[in-house]
Amino acid sequence: MRLPALVFAGLIAAALAAPLVAPYAPERIDLSMRRDAPSAAHVFGTDELGRDVFSRVLYGARVSLEVGLFSAAVAGASGVAIGGVAGYAGGAVDAVLMRATDAMLAIPRLPLLMIAAVVLQPSIPALIVLIGIAGWMETARVVRAEFRTLGAAGFVEGARAAGAGHARVLVRHLLPNAAQAVAVSITLAVARGILLESALSFFGVGVRPPAASWGNMLYQAQAALSTEPWLALAPGAFILMTTISVSLIGDRLAAGAMKN
Amino acid sequence: MGDPVSPRFLARRFVQAVPLLFLVSAVVFLLIHAAPGGPLAIYLANPNVRPADIERLRRALGLDRPLWQQYWTWLWAFVRGDWGYSFSDGRPVVARIVERLPATIELVAVALACALALTMPIGIGAAVRRGRWFDRAATIASMAGVALPAFWFGLLLQMIFAIGLGWLPSSGRATPGGGGLVDHLQHLLLPTAVLAIVLASGWSRYLRGSMIETLSQPFVAAARARGVPERRVVLRHALPNALGPLIALVTVDAALLVSGAVVTESVFAWPGLGSLFTEALARRDYTVLMAMLMLSASAVVAFNLAADVAHAIVDPRVPAS
Repeated sequence: MRLPALVFAGLIAAALAAPLVAPYAPERIDLSMRRDAPSAAHVFGTDELGRDVFSRVLYGARVSLEVGLFSAAVAGASGVAIGGVAGYAGGAVDAVLMRATDAMLAIPRLPLLMIAAVVLQPSIPALIVLIGIAGWMETARVVRAEFRTLGAAGFVEGARAAGAGHARVLVRHLLPNAAQAVAVSITLAVARGILLESALSFFGVGVRPPAASWGNMLYQAQAALSTEPWLALAPGAFILMTTISVSLIGDRLAAGAMKN
Repeated sequence: MGDPVSPRFLARRFVQAVPLLFLVSAVVFLLIHAAPGGPLAIYLANPNVRPADIERLRRALGLDRPLWQQYWTWLWAFVRGDWGYSFSDGRPVVARIVERLPATIELVAVALACALALTMPIGIGAAVRRGRWFDRAATIASMAGVALPAFWFGLLLQMIFAIGLGWLPSSGRATPGGGGLVDHLQHLLLPTAVLAIVLASGWSRYLRGSMIETLSQPFVAAARARGVPERRVVLRHALPNALGPLIALVTVDAALLVSGAVVTESVFAWPGLGSLFTEALARRDYTVLMAMLMLSASAVVAFNLAADVAHAIVDPRVPAS
């Protein structure tokens, strides 16, 4: 079943091609077409400013996927660095880094990010970094555990005895062996990043209007649930479609990792 | 071996939790003070507040002192239970939190119970019928539940049951002026559904996994060979051995009792700690936000400790010393 990968690839393609595919400009206001129910001209309807919801969903995909993918990259890179050093160095370094990991895991992630977003008023790149550094802990734990197991396997000692430096052992010998586990944890971080961005934007502290993101479209929809329910349907359905396909890809990767 | 949970184990875990909360408090404190203009930034933007007043407030709140001194003062006061006064209404933070606690405990306790009631049949059933349609359906449902944005799920339920069908109220804890038990339960139903379904999705996957593992153990085959009825094999022999990880997970999630379900409560305007958090966020009420984040983190640490203890009591294979 390659369906999840196809769906995810389709979403990325739609996001990249948004300027070509979108029937309207996402911020084009048309006051004669306000609050229109879905029709042939506006397949997902229009909002209270007459903006086309379908076009905004497409442009919103750019923001959501950008935040999801790049925040996962930040989370993965910092997690690999911290977990790798902890697992390789062991001893006091390991103890300190793992206590820091535990501390970060004890702070509820969404509330922490909500406060950070209010305090720092981040742009989209800053939001990516924030969500990324709030998500390094899982990868760090996985990498540390892998490195500890691999370190006991003996080939690290062999490489060291053959004259390889610490950096070389880490990057050339340990990291490739932990690659599958890292891939699984980064996939999970993509889904989490998308959910976190949409939640932050839903609470009005993430991606700020007039830029469209799936989360802030739902924030806007909340006020008009009884009169324009279509505003709430499409953005949420797209979030769900994205997170489900990413989780299924992660599941497949994890199953593959178990076999090896 | 004697006592499954030795006092030494408890003492060591307790001592480990102290530096953990120390680190947490430093992160929380530095974050709040990272705001340009510090915690008073909201007044700086207000043209009705004179610079002299801000200066006076700054001195009164001790914000003119070095950062480490402020941190130390705050932490020491926090540990003694002096959590300061709310920026938005001037009342003690502790009072604001305590008055919201009952609503959160009610919602979360009912949701935890409902989530368990969903998890047991789904998790066990999926493990027993592994690979068959029930398992597949349960797997798809639980994957969707985990991937579902809780706030959107809440909006959908409001649209269907409150606005569309008109069966249930869309928000709040009781009809103003009215009330009574039925009214109360009607308000409770939708937020409970959101929270319980999200929790049960994660839990049932977990229970399914540990049940499948346990059912493949030799002692289960031995019980079957002795002619023990299948129902008894599953429920009396396998289940108790598979419950350990689930109990640990449920205990960790029970920290929501003290931290509040931020998303669910806010969507349904349920007047608990989660709503207090988003209200404080909208008003930049930093004393309330700091206290709540510290409280949540302490709850997570405490409930994690409780989960380890519970796991050790239920499953003698887990070393607790």
